[in-house]
Amino acid sequence: MIQGISNEAFILGCSAIGAGLALMAGIGPGIGQGYAAGKAAEAVGRQPEAQGDIIKTMILGQAVAESTGIYGLVVGIILLFVRPLLGAL
Amino acid sequence: MGIKFMAFGRELFIHDTVINSWIIVIALSIFALVVNSKVKKAKVDEKPKGLLNVVEIFVGLVQSLVKSTMGTGPTRDRLMPYIGTLLLYIACANLSGLLGVSPPTSDYNVTLALAIITFTLTQYYGIKTNGIGGYIKGYFDPNPVMLPLNIVGELSNPISLSFRLFGNILSGGIIMSLVYEALRYISPLITPALHAYFDIFSGLVQTFIFAMLTMVFVGGNLPDEEGI
Repeated sequence: MIQGISNEAFILGCSAIGAGLALMAGIGPGIGQGYAAGKAAEAVGRQPEAQGDIIKTMILGQAVAESTGIYGLVVGIILLFVRPLLGAL
Repeated sequence: MGIKFMAFGRELFIHDTVINSWIIVIALSIFALVVNSKVKKAKVDEKPKGLLNVVEIFVGLVQSLVKSTMGTGPTRDRLMPYIGTLLLYIACANLSGLLGVSPPTSDYNVTLALAIITFTLTQYYGIKTNGIGGYIKGYFDPNPVMLPLNIVGELSNPISLSFRLFGNILSGGIIMSLVYEALRYISPLITPALHAYFDIFSGLVQTFIFAMLTMVFVGGNLPDEEGI
């Protein structure tokens, strides 16, 4: 035990840091989705009559690209609210 | 919130998201009965009006969505009601956050159940279309070294499908409750815009994406029956 800090508080603080690190997974999907949206905007500019199909394809691709970010988010939420590491005490 | 009761000598707990989902299911069933009785009374050669008009637009939308994603054929026609039900149920569940109750889709049980239905349909049509031999052979494609990767890839579909819906709706709810807690008295100034984004926009987009991905997964295993 570090001076003045209980074991539980230490684990909770480390869980918060871990949750923050886990949410850094949001960087990748952000870049990827922005890239996909930019390409879709280019495609609509080149071919405005296919807008519906382009938007459908773009949203589908973005949804698949989003899953890694969602995994990070779920890990963060579990670390913050379910606190599985407290069971190790 | 929720219901606690004693049964089988143990205390059981039903979470309020489950109760909300029951309420939505019962409301949709009553809605379906009302529409059914109206459809039976309607005449074929007259214009639909009122509620029937809205329902007809929705059915037309689902039909065109299924046709443009999966193609046409008797098997696709049989899957149309499932896609329509998915759209209606998930949209109602996501929009119920507007009423101040916790949306059923912010519970992992609900989204995992929905994803397992889609996964079962995918495997069922995979076996039915290719036969049991072709189905197993699909896992050894392109060579047997890829077997573990193929299995993991197949199993990750329902997990990512359920996590996407769950994570989006739950994170929206958490951010909303954080804003409500942080701003307290001036929260009515900020929260309508956040409700519009997290509940309406995000909820409807996630509904659409869930139905689209279901159609893509299931449609990839359907037999060729174009033009029958």
